[in-house]
Amino acid sequence: MDLINLGIRSIFIDNMIFAYFLGMCSFLAVSKKVTTALGLGVAVIFVLAVTTPVNWLLNEYVLKEGALSWISASLTTIDLSFLRFIMFIAIIAGITQLVEMIVEKFAPALYGQLGIFLPLIAVNCAILGGSLFMAQRDYTLAESAVYGFGSGAGFCLAIVALAAIREKLKYSHVPNGLKGLGITMLLTGLMGIAFMSFMGIDL
Amino acid sequence: MSAETVEKAIEIKPAEGFLSKRRKRLITDPLIDENPITVQVLGICSSLAVTTQMKPTLVMAISVIFVVALSNYVISLMRNTIPGRVRIIVQLAVVATLVTIVSEILKAFSYDMYKELSVFIGLIITNCIVMGRLEAFAMGNKPYDSMLDGLGSALGYSWIILTVAFFRELWGSGSVFGIRVFDYVSKLFGEDFHLATNGLMVTPVGAFIILGLIVWVQRTKTGYVEQ
Repeated sequence: MDLINLGIRSIFIDNMIFAYFLGMCSFLAVSKKVTTALGLGVAVIFVLAVTTPVNWLLNEYVLKEGALSWISASLTTIDLSFLRFIMFIAIIAGITQLVEMIVEKFAPALYGQLGIFLPLIAVNCAILGGSLFMAQRDYTLAESAVYGFGSGAGFCLAIVALAAIREKLKYSHVPNGLKGLGITMLLTGLMGIAFMSFMGIDL
Repeated sequence: MSAETVEKAIEIKPAEGFLSKRRKRLITDPLIDENPITVQVLGICSSLAVTTQMKPTLVMAISVIFVVALSNYVISLMRNTIPGRVRIIVQLAVVATLVTIVSEILKAFSYDMYKELSVFIGLIITNCIVMGRLEAFAMGNKPYDSMLDGLGSALGYSWIILTVAFFRELWGSGSVFGIRVFDYVSKLFGEDFHLATNGLMVTPVGAFIILGLIVWVQRTKTGYVEQ
């Protein structure tokens, strides 16, 4: 039950975009068409759901204070948490590369759709953000998997919704200075207000 | 070979000034005309989350300036030795190292601020401005120029997030840098007068709307139009 609750929270309440502004760059750049937005969204769900638990293992068994005690008792005093950033980003870059190769080999059709987004994802704030929040909030392995999937789904939901609105927006008359980025920011703000209504949901 | 051509061949180009016109442009262009946030749409990501107050925003801005300028410099020094296929990983490693330095410094000298900024210092690594400038400029230019370019971009970025933070703190909490401006103003109008604060400004929604409006004003002034 706690896991379902966490999943719902990470999709709607602690939404990557509307609550933490993570992944804004690709959110703004790749939200002109629903199909491409969906492609990026699915790729983000996939990568977040894989990297967050893997980084959890890394954090738990290598980086945390005393995490190395499984090797020998003399290593319990070692605290490698200052290496967190560089290790997390290395894992993320490595896994996106791996995912790209696996998808290319076994699902060429999917690769055709996701291919261009996968390298972009390595530097997407939402992915690193997911891992850092996971480490900061001391999730368990199951929780971090659910959290990774949930926050990916939240990102996907947000970017597809925005792309749908922007497709309609083409037919409206927007002032010159507000075209593109300006109106998109205002739209995101309004969508954020809508998402605020989920606040306080507790299963 | 005549003496004339020899003389021409050994004529040395005068060294470029420390802050020549071209180099000044590297810094000033990104402030308004080529602003990374409002024109190039880069780096809106992580740092907006800290703009509810001026103080953390200032710390964030300084950290970003440090990371962008230095990573540009370092990558530019190494630009001829980095193999093309692994350049993203090399860039990420350099940036992550610099961010770790910033984070450790904050942890040592200003622990409260470190707690307040929490994960958002780490997220400078994936700030698109950093990678964007590395790819677009530092990989093809000399170290000193690259550093100036990074400095310019980071400054252009900083004034935008500081402006967002100013309005969010002023309207959301009625203060600037923690000084209760609204209380002082209210006193001028008598006992029963109270300026109300707007709770929406403290939520992320406030940041989106203020940034949208800043973009509108800025683009109207410069006449930049997205197709």
